[in-house]
Amino acid sequence: MADDAATDTAVDEAPEVATDEEREALLSVFSAELGEAVVAHEIKPGLGLWIRVATEAWPAAAEVAAKAADCGWFDFLSAIDWLPSPYGRYEDSSLDVPFPPPMPDRSAAVPGYTGGDTRLQVLASAARMGTSLRVLLKADVPDDDPVVGTWIRTFAGAAWHERETAEMFGIRFGGNADLRNMYLPTEFEGHPLRKEFPLLARVVKPWPGIVDVEPMPGGGDDEDEATEGGEES
Amino acid sequence: MTGTLTEAQQLAYANAQAADGRVNVDLETDEGMTLNMGPQHPATHGTLRVIAKLDGEQVVSADVMCGYMHRGYEKLCEVRSYPQINTLVNRIDWLGSFANEVPFILAAEQLMGVEAPPRAMWIRTLFFELSRIANLSLFIGDLALQLGAQTPAFYAFRDREFVLNQIESVTGGRFHPNFDRIGGLKDDLPKGWIADTKAAMSRLRAYCDEMEDLVYGNEIFQTRTRGIGIIPAGVAQSYGLSGANLRGSGVDWDLRRDANIGLAYDQLDWKVWTHPDGDSFSRSWVRLQEVREATKMVDQLCDGMPAGPIMAKVPRIIKVPEGEAYVVTENPLGQMGYYLVSKGDTGPFRVKIRTASFNNISVVPWVLRGVYVPDIIAILASLYFILGDIDK
Repeated sequence: MADDAATDTAVDEAPEVATDEEREALLSVFSAELGEAVVAHEIKPGLGLWIRVATEAWPAAAEVAAKAADCGWFDFLSAIDWLPSPYGRYEDSSLDVPFPPPMPDRSAAVPGYTGGDTRLQVLASAARMGTSLRVLLKADVPDDDPVVGTWIRTFAGAAWHERETAEMFGIRFGGNADLRNMYLPTEFEGHPLRKEFPLLARVVKPWPGIVDVEPMPGGGDDEDEATEGGEES
Repeated sequence: MTGTLTEAQQLAYANAQAADGRVNVDLETDEGMTLNMGPQHPATHGTLRVIAKLDGEQVVSADVMCGYMHRGYEKLCEVRSYPQINTLVNRIDWLGSFANEVPFILAAEQLMGVEAPPRAMWIRTLFFELSRIANLSLFIGDLALQLGAQTPAFYAFRDREFVLNQIESVTGGRFHPNFDRIGGLKDDLPKGWIADTKAAMSRLRAYCDEMEDLVYGNEIFQTRTRGIGIIPAGVAQSYGLSGANLRGSGVDWDLRRDANIGLAYDQLDWKVWTHPDGDSFSRSWVRLQEVREATKMVDQLCDGMPAGPIMAKVPRIIKVPEGEAYVVTENPLGQMGYYLVSKGDTGPFRVKIRTASFNNISVVPWVLRGVYVPDIIAILASLYFILGDIDK
């Protein structure tokens, strides 16, 4: 199974390779099977293939991946919250910032590869066994009612990943009745990986390691010195 | 203390104790018995909880509860800088820590367009394999321990020490090296290290031979593992099993060979081991062969080490350009990957950590149906998970 084409991931040396026939072929399978439901795509030659499908076609995309595209090995399923964190990266947490800070406007959510219209996106991956090929699938999750279809009919392993995504992002998966919390206690409130969920440890106590580069000798800032070593990692 | 309690208090205390006991084993007369294993159970080496519904000695259905050690790394990654995350991810699979760093660093390097020098890639490969040996050599002893043999566990701890010493003498850390850097490595190898490592590798090969005789050839071991906990390749595929759990089901797929991303594996002479049976024995057997194969790879890596720098030119403050990258490597426990989303900051916007054990253990409810109670232990041990790798 060690076909030579599989080694094309080592493309670091050859960035001039502008086409990627294997991934183009994989994309054309999805386009042929799903038609209009393939909303956008992105190919990084030798590195990856991203396909964004319409929300309604999310379960169908899994089916195409497993059957027609021959990517039947389930990799992972998760989500991305594209809203910028209202807390920033907690650089200012030692200053007097209001808590909770004002939420960023919904339009501040800028999606990455393959674009998108919603704040939350589901992200999943499936691979072709014996090769380096894998497809990264995305779909928008409606803002008002975060529900997408389930993948468990195609990939049994998606069940746990959907439970994790449900508790972390508050996304529900239609058709998956078992969305108990995977990690958090049953009575836990909130969805930790949503950007508006505060990292409380950082809110109550500023992070001393935020000063990444030490000041030059002699030009030291006393305030930085004072906060050093205040917290164990 | 008990002497000072009133009778009513003693009764309340006894009732509370009895209530705790009922949580542990809940006897239901009509539908059989519910057996709770864990969260603290020797066979789960960590805090994994298995709840099995039994009919006599057979499991009717089983459920796994995890999260007792959830540390929220994906959230923490969003507030830390790239060098800081390197320290965090060391703690995911704590038996093969260095292997956790590699896919993360490679993902960041991919987005930055930085390429580590050949010598750095070579030493990365070397430490990747040393992590594999440190991790999987312990598995063999642990598996035997779960099946009732004490001695192999002590042998495993004794001989793993030779690998840990080699890791420590370079990185300073026995368990958490934190040695990989964006653009290269923290340090070069010290003098005399190569010779010591080769001596340690021949020691580890002797350990493998010893274990193959002592454990794998043992009749009791074979009875307890052969034909037990069979996972067909189709099931393994749909649950996303990887590593020896997948290769033990006869699938010939190893990312070190099939999707090598700049590491030195394509310059080595080695073999991917598979086993067609898909049972507990085959999974364990594949891991034993992988340890042996890794010692040979380390020998070759020691011999063919290229000269040159160990660090590429990178800015002092690391900022990763905007983009998304997904890098997966073949870690000791299976495929581990990081989906990295950067917005051009000093830290990532989102990191999805794809760990091997989470998928590997998600098959447990499927595979435990119909097995006998003692086999639960054997199957869990043969699937081999690290709690940090499940709970992240």
